[in-house]
Amino acid sequence: MTTRRTLDWIAVHSAGLALGLMFALPVVFVLLTAVMSDSQAFTADLWPREWHWGNFLEVFEAAPLLRYLGNSLLYSLLATAGMLLSSVPAAYALAKLRWRGRQAAFLLVVGAMLLPPQVVAVPLYDAWSSLGLTGTLWPLVVPYFLFDAFSVFLLRQFMLTIPQSYVDAARVDGCTEFQALLRVVVPMARPGIAATALFCFLYTWNDYFGPLLYTSEVPEQWTLSLALSSFKSLHQVQWNLAMAVTLLVMLPAIVLFAFAQRSFVRGVTFTGVKG
Amino acid sequence: MTATLDRARAARTSPPPGRSRTRRRLTALAFTAPAALGFTLFFAYPLVATVGFSFTRYDLINPPEWAGLANYAYMLGDDLFWTSVRNTLWFVVVLTSARVAFALGVASVIARLRSGVGLVRTLCYLPSLTPPVAATLVFFLLMRPNEGPVDAFLGWFGVEGPLWFADPAWAKPGIAAVVLWVSGDLMIIILAAILDVPREQHEAAELDGAGALRRWWHVTLPSISPVLLFGVVNSIVLALQLFTQAVVAGSAASGAADVTGSTKNIGFPENSTLTFPVWLYTQGFRYFDMGYASAMATVLFVASFAATALLVRRLRRATPQEEG
Repeated sequence: MTTRRTLDWIAVHSAGLALGLMFALPVVFVLLTAVMSDSQAFTADLWPREWHWGNFLEVFEAAPLLRYLGNSLLYSLLATAGMLLSSVPAAYALAKLRWRGRQAAFLLVVGAMLLPPQVVAVPLYDAWSSLGLTGTLWPLVVPYFLFDAFSVFLLRQFMLTIPQSYVDAARVDGCTEFQALLRVVVPMARPGIAATALFCFLYTWNDYFGPLLYTSEVPEQWTLSLALSSFKSLHQVQWNLAMAVTLLVMLPAIVLFAFAQRSFVRGVTFTGVKG
Repeated sequence: MTATLDRARAARTSPPPGRSRTRRRLTALAFTAPAALGFTLFFAYPLVATVGFSFTRYDLINPPEWAGLANYAYMLGDDLFWTSVRNTLWFVVVLTSARVAFALGVASVIARLRSGVGLVRTLCYLPSLTPPVAATLVFFLLMRPNEGPVDAFLGWFGVEGPLWFADPAWAKPGIAAVVLWVSGDLMIIILAAILDVPREQHEAAELDGAGALRRWWHVTLPSISPVLLFGVVNSIVLALQLFTQAVVAGSAASGAADVTGSTKNIGFPENSTLTFPVWLYTQGFRYFDMGYASAMATVLFVASFAATALLVRRLRRATPQEEG
């Protein structure tokens, strides 16, 4: 029995180790390639002969990365701020207020969340273009100040876990709904709000379709994702530089994750079907 | 004592139920007004407009011209439309089953780990934070013919790798590999569900003499089947939208040095990466055939709606029913 237990332990833990490596090794290879010399990066060598840490600086000369970084930050930060302003009250209304049509509204939110962005792209592009705003970041940011289906959904899920009695107590104490939201629900839902903000930031940071649609023809307005997709083609043989840029684009998400691992995991489990 | 008094005073001074109901209704209205406006402007209106545009010829410059069912008729004879349908169906079938099976497998292993759980879970989740463009380029590096680490690894076993992203037979599996690598979120969801299975059920099965594998099959799997269904529908929706990885893989493999401009990199190699959204995008935003793109978008909407309807029914049963 104990031998069987030991063998089982070994089997499970080697599988775990293999999985960990499978997920981590690609990033290690990217890092190793990023610090190789131009000529070595083109070969099958896996280990750098010399460590060219300067590649990470060189990419800033090869492309206006700071500008793209600025655009990416502008898009992600503004969108996240706008999302918080619009989605927190909407989620509160869906989770904590009784009103007719609330169930129907929730279904519309879920529907909008699952609608592929390509379905609505043509009329939206047409509308933004007639406003003369294609080629800018406006079409990407403005919608978040009104509505973001996924964030409303996620925030509602979090707010449902706050006992209704707290809200009722606040009402009895003479709070307006706005005060109940601001003083009771928001402080209690802070981890959920943090998770939602992280997801919104990440989604916009990683977004490719939106920037491709609206800003691809105006290189000054490119975001990092868009710039990265052209970088490999423009610097055909320079794998090391391409991978250095790739790492720089991945970095913010990894840093965010390091600081807010709990929020991420909480948020992910809430996107699923956990109550 | 003072608390009771406060409570009593508050109850006396709180507004009568009728007025408070009206006020609450107005609050609901105020809180949801921006969202309602946003929903109308960015989802409802464009959805209706897409269907409308699908019956027209429209190039963004000249006003739309009524064309009846011409776009849909053209679709039937458009070889690349059918290619894109086939490619997307490939992803719906292969990617969905692979993604759910893979996430389930990884989650099942992590759930049984006694030490290093946190580290392995973190490593599994980290790739899903990677921007899709970056993740695709990473795999493009790993799967370089002859020079990449994957081919080096295969070389140990005397296997010579294919041309990967430049080979029409391997480009789609390559893209699927990228998506599997970044499916950490589904793994975490399934892992949470597995850890939520009551211990007593496992203990009861163990007393009955069931081994680990049988307990996994007879206790764990049935308990987490709602989450697996969520995974299936979620993966179908994902597969129907597959765009970024296909565009980036195609253009990186073709070596075409542009983001918009030419269309020679679209679907490279031999249209094997031409997914439905990619062909839709090409028609609308590179050929400026907005009518045809809208017709394709309408078809995509119908397909997604079928999957969505399934998920909504599922979610209604699985999300907590609010009491407020």
